Amino acid sequence: MSSHNESILREPLITGENITYAKVTNDILVPVENKPNKAWWIGFTVAALGALLWLVSVSYTFWFGIGTWGLNKTVGWAWDITGFVWWVGIGHAGTLISAVLLLFRQNWRNSINRSAEAMTIFAVICAATYIVAHMGRPWMAYWALPLPNQFGSLWVNFNSPLVWDVFAISTYFSVSLLFWYTGLIPDIATIRDRAKGLKRRIYSVLSFGWNGNVKSWQRFEAVSLILAGVSTPLVLSVHTIVSMDFATSVIPGWHTTIFPPYFVAGAIFSGFAMVQTLLLIARKVLGYENYITMFHIESMNKIIILTGSIVGVAYLTELFIAWYSGAEYEQYAFLNRVSGPYWWAYWSMMTCNVISPQLFWFKKIRTSIAASWILSIVVNIGMWFERFVIIVTSLHRDYLPSSWVMFYPSWVDVAVFIGSIGVFFTLFLLFLRVLPAIAMAEVKLLLKSSSDQAKQKLIREGLVKRVDAEYYLGSLEKYDSVEYEKSVPQAEYVKH
Amino acid sequence: MSNTKYILGHFEDPDDLMHGIDSLQKNNVSIYDVYTPMPIHGIEDKLGIKRSRLPIVAFCCGLLGTLTAFSLIYYTLVHDWPMIIGGKPAFAFPDFIPVCFELTVLFCSYGMGIAFFYSNHLFPGRAPRVMDLRATDDRFVLAIDAQANPYPDKIEDLLKNAGAVEIKHNERKYVSYE
Repeated sequence: MSSHNESILREPLITGENITYAKVTNDILVPVENKPNKAWWIGFTVAALGALLWLVSVSYTFWFGIGTWGLNKTVGWAWDITGFVWWVGIGHAGTLISAVLLLFRQNWRNSINRSAEAMTIFAVICAATYIVAHMGRPWMAYWALPLPNQFGSLWVNFNSPLVWDVFAISTYFSVSLLFWYTGLIPDIATIRDRAKGLKRRIYSVLSFGWNGNVKSWQRFEAVSLILAGVSTPLVLSVHTIVSMDFATSVIPGWHTTIFPPYFVAGAIFSGFAMVQTLLLIARKVLGYENYITMFHIESMNKIIILTGSIVGVAYLTELFIAWYSGAEYEQYAFLNRVSGPYWWAYWSMMTCNVISPQLFWFKKIRTSIAASWILSIVVNIGMWFERFVIIVTSLHRDYLPSSWVMFYPSWVDVAVFIGSIGVFFTLFLLFLRVLPAIAMAEVKLLLKSSSDQAKQKLIREGLVKRVDAEYYLGSLEKYDSVEYEKSVPQAEYVKH
Repeated sequence: MSNTKYILGHFEDPDDLMHGIDSLQKNNVSIYDVYTPMPIHGIEDKLGIKRSRLPIVAFCCGLLGTLTAFSLIYYTLVHDWPMIIGGKPAFAFPDFIPVCFELTVLFCSYGMGIAFFYSNHLFPGRAPRVMDLRATDDRFVLAIDAQANPYPDKIEDLLKNAGAVEIKHNERKYVSYE
């Protein structure tokens, strides 16, 4: 019920005074209904140049072949799979926010789910480009599909995790796209009904003719809930299967049963860091401070500490099990990881992923926007190193010491990676311009129950206990978007 | 007044809208439909709308997905072209689980998604059947068929008392864009 009052002890999810349903629409549609500002153009130009670099380097790869990368006989997988796993992992936070947090009724997801889901889709697109690029002969990509033998190959081997991966990633992308677009339809209808001329025609087509009647909303909610329900195991399965690309092999350092949970935690970790990187900027530039509040930032930082610590435990477990296994190849793989020629990559990973997120235990740091942003970048760097460490350090010293080598990336490796970041940001910045970055309908749901103004009203009307009211007002201290009166002067708290 | 097809009560607050529904129903005024910018929980029960059957569709489609995946894998790996891979039996059931799961999710999601679009008559390019442009923005619009309930003054009073901020007597059912 919209009239349901949330506990006063919960921190507000929407701040600002005099927020009405109309103001929610107006605020959120500012970037969609107006010309972009300078910051957007600068960001877009840089991102588009990056995307251009990607186009050039991937075309170069296709033209001259995988030999243009720094791979060699011993290290046959390096930056390509590092980049692939990194992007897939980043994508996971979007589904986690939109699906898992929906099932757990975490209402704070409502204002970040849309952009996080968009992030998922763009990250999976980047990951998919890596899969195609690393095939060497991308025009044979259809060989991964279960096609009859006349098409040139035998039936695909369904015992192979690489085939599972084809199904997992493509299902993940398709289902995420459906989930995201279904959620967008009511908001696109809002843009449509406010627009004029050609813009209205375009958004009318995109809105599928949504009109927001009771039956539509009822079905909409049923669909959202079930999509969330199936996306939750899906997101876990995707990174589990990605980890099985490694774990089902017999390479020391890859052949570990801890990989699935460890990869899933790492994926959520890096994904939340990327959401933080994007949204801290977006909320400032687009003026969304009232909707993406300090509570959201702090909550995400808490998830980053949790998943970062899980990842830390996984790293230590890996070391312990390698020692405890008594298998000398396994022991050497990990000794080499920690203290071999790639020690700097291992310790960058340890510092960025395990040590630095622990700073979020300090409230000052996890409620500081600058610190959160910097740490989110650090986490992303650390997670890139994690994949690099797992892949390259396990491969570069194989069973035959005469074939031990180092991996040196070529300019094409570097350009494909930087370029993929460019592709990602180009898509994300375009998304911010043409579609609402916050789910308006879902934020409107919270306005009467979870907003600061609703809670302040309860306090003014004396419907809550004094001690609770004081606790609530005290919790507003950290909010950067609450600049108005944080305490109500001596209201009457007589009714309780 | 006889040209009025639909009476629209505009509410600014979903709780007022719910009061509006109650008072109209108490006075035996039938409600055509309600258009809102967000889902309103509990409104289906008030209007006597049955539970959505989409979850059943989702379940059946999911099951179809599992069966499709299993049959495909069984046909290719066990029946059509069995291969010895790592000395293991062709019918390596545990290896079939990931793909069966993925296709279950895929079929379930898309089957339900398509059923959702189909049952709501949503498809790209469909002319939006919108009664009021603000119903997707900030107004909660209660629509009453004026032909079926030919007492506009009474309806207007009821809506006003429930807290409607604006009442429209529309001669056309849908807002035409052109």
